[in-house]
Amino acid sequence: MDLIESYREELQLIRKPWTRAWVGAVVSALILLPFYAPQHLTYIATIICIYAVGVQGQNILIGYTGQISFGQAGFLAIGAYTFGHLIRVGIPWPLALLGAGITAGLFGLIVGFPSLRLKGPYLAIATMGFGIAVYQIFANSELLSGGRMGLAIPKISPIFGISKITFNYYFNFAIALLFTLASYNIISSYMGRAFIAIRDNDIAAEVVGVNLTRYKLLSFAISSFYTGVQGGLYSLLIGHLEPNMFTFMETITLFVAVIIGGLASVEGSIMGAAFVILVPQLLSSYRELVPVIFGVTILIILIFEPMGLSGRWMKTRLYLRNWPFR
Amino acid sequence: MDNFLQYLVSGLSIGSLYSLVAIGLVVIYRSNRILNFAHGDVTTAGTFFAFFMLSSNFSFAVSAVAALVFGALIAMAFYFCILVPAQRRDATQLGQIILTVGLGLILQGAVQYFGGTEPQSFPFPLSEYIVYKIGVVSLSQLSLGTLAASLLSCFLFYLLVQKTRLGLAMRATSENLPAAQTLGIPTRRILAISWGLAAGLGVVAGLFLAPALLLDPFFMLEPFLKGFAAAILGGLNSLPGAIVGGLILGVAEALTGGFVSIAFKNSLAFIVIILVLLVRPEGLLGEEFKERV
Repeated sequence: MDLIESYREELQLIRKPWTRAWVGAVVSALILLPFYAPQHLTYIATIICIYAVGVQGQNILIGYTGQISFGQAGFLAIGAYTFGHLIRVGIPWPLALLGAGITAGLFGLIVGFPSLRLKGPYLAIATMGFGIAVYQIFANSELLSGGRMGLAIPKISPIFGISKITFNYYFNFAIALLFTLASYNIISSYMGRAFIAIRDNDIAAEVVGVNLTRYKLLSFAISSFYTGVQGGLYSLLIGHLEPNMFTFMETITLFVAVIIGGLASVEGSIMGAAFVILVPQLLSSYRELVPVIFGVTILIILIFEPMGLSGRWMKTRLYLRNWPFR
Repeated sequence: MDNFLQYLVSGLSIGSLYSLVAIGLVVIYRSNRILNFAHGDVTTAGTFFAFFMLSSNFSFAVSAVAALVFGALIAMAFYFCILVPAQRRDATQLGQIILTVGLGLILQGAVQYFGGTEPQSFPFPLSEYIVYKIGVVSLSQLSLGTLAASLLSCFLFYLLVQKTRLGLAMRATSENLPAAQTLGIPTRRILAISWGLAAGLGVVAGLFLAPALLLDPFFMLEPFLKGFAAAILGGLNSLPGAIVGGLILGVAEALTGGFVSIAFKNSLAFIVIILVLLVRPEGLLGEEFKERV
């Protein structure tokens, strides 16, 4: 259906005028969101934007490179606390955010080293050990975690005289948009091809000249960079940090978002992020049921629709495009 | 020296429970190549079932047996109703691991819904406060019972695996699935029994951990992760390794807690995981794995 004739065309993000139209419509609807949506909806959309960044990062690692990781909470915590400490010593927020991402990315490199030797389940356990060890280090060290009161983070004051919620929304939306564009470009570049080749068969990838060491480590570093930035953004929005925000449950939430959204799909990551944020919001009076819904959705998705929400979305689009034929 | 002996004995007692959890993980990993992330939650569900039975005035023995059966039934139902259909649809190994994560989430939510999130004390016939003195070492009734029960379970499990036809079938299935099928072993039933046994051993550990920790929906998380560490330490596909790993981890933890620092005690397991995986990924007693192109 999609006949691609040149490499330039392959690199294009949007190939059809129709796609351009609806992507434009969605983006402008999101830009105008604070004008027509109630405030709490805008706030939820802000959190979804923040999560979308981290989920995309994890999708690059889990979905595209095929390395199972259960250490997301660790990277989140590292990013969030780096950001917090940097901004408290007076470093401006763009640098602090970059610092949060880079620190998390460096730790990602360190965690990536075992991935050169370990595969599948073993890697899952190693990363899980890392995630929980980081949590315990923060929980036990008052110097890092800011003690019993937690770490307070000064917020950015809104510019142009818009309200705080609107400002937060635009701030995080812009960053999420930036990261979404970045991940699309990563995926369609040589780097993304290398990731996918490693996922499908790492030995074959090495045979055709993909540098396994470099690209596995790079995948870990990039995904942790994303997760670290998510941590920084989240701490900036909440304005307060304590180690309990980064338990194993947080890892599971991000992981669930990747799976439900769809492995190896950027749109899927955004949908997955929206899912894990919206479900607890909708079920706010039945908090206990949230894990049940997550679990049941995972089971249904893995058995009936392994491509996740994005797979369903692709199939719906295909169905509509071919309608009334099937 | 007296302190050392004391730490050694209490470490062995808690380590034997880690061994039980580790055996459950290893049994499932050996036969299905799946890491069971729901193991802790199945155990929690079983222990809560025992708690409910006890609250409605059943005797402890009845409740304990019912809890074992309940845990085993959950695991077997998961195998038959979810894992088998997923395998028929060619689920990847990653997919199957994620399925256990999903089961874990469901059970966790269900336990929170029925059991509440408040920590409760678990009525247990053995007391933590009656202490026996053996030479220089003092040992509570509970830890003595724990040691006895888990060593007994390990022993029974060993007899089952090494000396019975069922155990032979289990070993054959985990050694080579297609060959076992060709020889007429009902592998699906055998695998379901492995899941049930693994969950049962986990629930035994849960029953003995519940009185020491308080009973809440997350009480098994830490022991479960330490069981993981123990299984890795001993080698993920070695049953004796799981027992040895659990005991070593328990003792190492008790010694660290006693001589180094209490805060460091809980992180030890994860440092063990990372170090073992970096230095010797196959574990102490596991076989080295090779991959062919």
